[in-house]
Amino acid sequence: MYKKSLPLVMAAFVAFSAPAWSAESVAPPKQHWPHQGITGSYDKASLQRGFQVYKQVCAACHGMKLLSYRNLAGLGYNEDEIKAIAAEYTVMDGPNDDGDMFERAARPADRFKSPFANDKAARAANGGALPPDLSLVVKARHGHEDYIYALLTGYTTPPSHDKEGNPIVVPDGMHWNTYFAGHVLAMAPPLVDDSVTFADGTPATVAQMSRDVTQFLAWAGEPHMEQRKKMGIKVVLFMLVFAGIMLAAKRKVWASVH
Amino acid sequence: MTPDKIKKETAMSRPANTEKFENPVVQWIDERLPIFTMLIKEYGVFPMPKNANYFWSFGGMALTMLMIMIVSGVVLAMSYTPHVDMAFNSVERIMRDVNYGWLLRYIHMNGASFFFIAVYIHIMRGLYFGSYKKPRELLWIVGVVIFLLMMATAFMGYALPWSQMSGWGVTVITSLFAKFPLIGDGLVTWLWGGFSVDNPTLNRFFALHFLLPFVILGVVFVHVWALHVTGSNNPAGVEPKSEKDTLPFHPYFTSKDGFALVVFLTVFLATVFFAPLALTEFDHFKAYDSMVTPPHIVPEWYFLPFYAILKSFVYDFTVVLALLAMGGLVLAAPAAFAFFKDDKKKRNFALGGIAALFCGLVLITLLAIVTTKLEEPSLAAYLKVVIIPAALQGVIAMFASILLLVALPWLDCSPVKSARYRPIYKKCLLVLLISFFVLGYTGAQLPEGWPVIAGQVATLYYFAHFLVIVPYLGRKEKTLPVPASISEACASKGNK
Repeated sequence: MYKKSLPLVMAAFVAFSAPAWSAESVAPPKQHWPHQGITGSYDKASLQRGFQVYKQVCAACHGMKLLSYRNLAGLGYNEDEIKAIAAEYTVMDGPNDDGDMFERAARPADRFKSPFANDKAARAANGGALPPDLSLVVKARHGHEDYIYALLTGYTTPPSHDKEGNPIVVPDGMHWNTYFAGHVLAMAPPLVDDSVTFADGTPATVAQMSRDVTQFLAWAGEPHMEQRKKMGIKVVLFMLVFAGIMLAAKRKVWASVH
Repeated sequence: MTPDKIKKETAMSRPANTEKFENPVVQWIDERLPIFTMLIKEYGVFPMPKNANYFWSFGGMALTMLMIMIVSGVVLAMSYTPHVDMAFNSVERIMRDVNYGWLLRYIHMNGASFFFIAVYIHIMRGLYFGSYKKPRELLWIVGVVIFLLMMATAFMGYALPWSQMSGWGVTVITSLFAKFPLIGDGLVTWLWGGFSVDNPTLNRFFALHFLLPFVILGVVFVHVWALHVTGSNNPAGVEPKSEKDTLPFHPYFTSKDGFALVVFLTVFLATVFFAPLALTEFDHFKAYDSMVTPPHIVPEWYFLPFYAILKSFVYDFTVVLALLAMGGLVLAAPAAFAFFKDDKKKRNFALGGIAALFCGLVLITLLAIVTTKLEEPSLAAYLKVVIIPAALQGVIAMFASILLLVALPWLDCSPVKSARYRPIYKKCLLVLLISFFVLGYTGAQLPEGWPVIAGQVATLYYFAHFLVIVPYLGRKEKTLPVPASISEACASKGNK
């Protein structure tokens, strides 16, 4: 009876881990990402391009409070490059010995500078909507990388009528996106072709920039993924050998039992 | 006293059944604290039924998971900050900056799931092979206590990252207690430590989440103690009769359980390293915001079947329904009188039960009518007064579904332990298992459409299984011949 119920167990796990999509959103198409699978690793060139897209486009509204400039070593930048990137920003420090706050160039140990002083300021500048922090955005959205990519490439003109035949009117300052839950969101289409110029000569199409920035955001949410998978392969191989030895020992011990 | 006499008395005061050890240090310790004697007795020569299969390995796996949870949890606690403004970021600091913090957290997160997997299989093993029956009733009840403590601990642990799922999960579950009449609101305020889910709630959850695993460890000790008094049950469900039926725990079951444990841990570690988020909701990676309700609040997978039972109750119990139920009881009384006319004892028992139910119904109906203030009192308004709201029924049913297991040794009075020799019980147990998975599925769905009905049917079966089918089968089921001994069971299996 236990053997018979195994497919049920599997089915149950699939069901638990994937709640149904709500009626108003469209499931994003599956994409292939180089960092998927048990041996997948991040494409560093893509991460660097993605960071450039974040820095030059997304960072105008979205912070990444959980990251520090020193973390950019994970993208393949060396210490001097990281110092140079950090130095582009000015951060508030203090109080100094006179009790005054002062501005200085950011250092690798500083957190990514947020575009707004606080959430209220962010809302005030964005028509009341709060641009979410992107540090964990890939892990914090259903569909993960596929969803982020679909959202960035999913801006279209709205259909004229909804399913019930009512005319669709997108309010002023709002935008229509196939993959956003409810379809109407405050974020304007952030990318147009050649929004940035990649140093490595990769054509900056919307699709290319979306792919790159999605991979950068995936890295930002799970910076230790490569270390995790490398260790995992060693651990699981060790466990399999260990299991084999234990099975042999068990068989030897039980050989004389009838 | 002469020195000779003292020597003699000292020798006599020593426990008679201690072992002799060649190593003088071991011998010296054992004479004063017979820990080595205990180890040999309980884990060396301890007689295990020789037919115990791999389902008997899951208790050891569960204990191993408890140890893994305690060790990883204590180390995580060293870097965690139980404050609403800092908890989420302190967990992210563990993930990013603490050495191997990501590994510790993923072990702890997935460890909870694998602890529950081991325990669910362990419980199912007990149900299938009748491990709750005499003489193991107390062993079983202590096990139910462990299960309840585990659920409380897991629930509080889920709150600690203070994510959207944490905060809203705590809000939904603690708010259930508000459904209790009269004391409800006060109870919830007391649980929260304030008038909303806030810092005092997180602080107490952290304190209790740290404490309860050690309480579980203590109750596990009692569980193992009780096990070593009665000995293990086995797939044949007949107690060992001679030495031929058993094998010493070491090396036979240390090697067997050891192999099973390594396989289990391999699956666990593969999940930790390659799919650490497979069992986690995406809303667990957003910081808690009391102003933004997630569209779909679901508990962790191991709570879903019980959450589905909670959600299966959708109709308020009103005065109309109470009157109908009272009418039914009035009609049932003469029927019971006629049915048990030959057995005075049973007849009185049945009539007494009906009378008690009737009085209970009248009492709560009156209580509800008296405590409800109607704006425009009329007969129709009184008939609509809610006696037990649907949500309270759900809360009661959810707790009852687990507490019911305490009574199982007495609900099932079949003399046959193992389902191998109980053809109908075996099928009913399969239906129970399917119902449990159906509940697990419907628990994760939005409360609309067919999942609600599927959940209600499964809930009905869950309770009917334990309250009707099991007691009935215990008396009426035609069981297959039970082998005279474990050796005979093994021999007949070999001949097939």
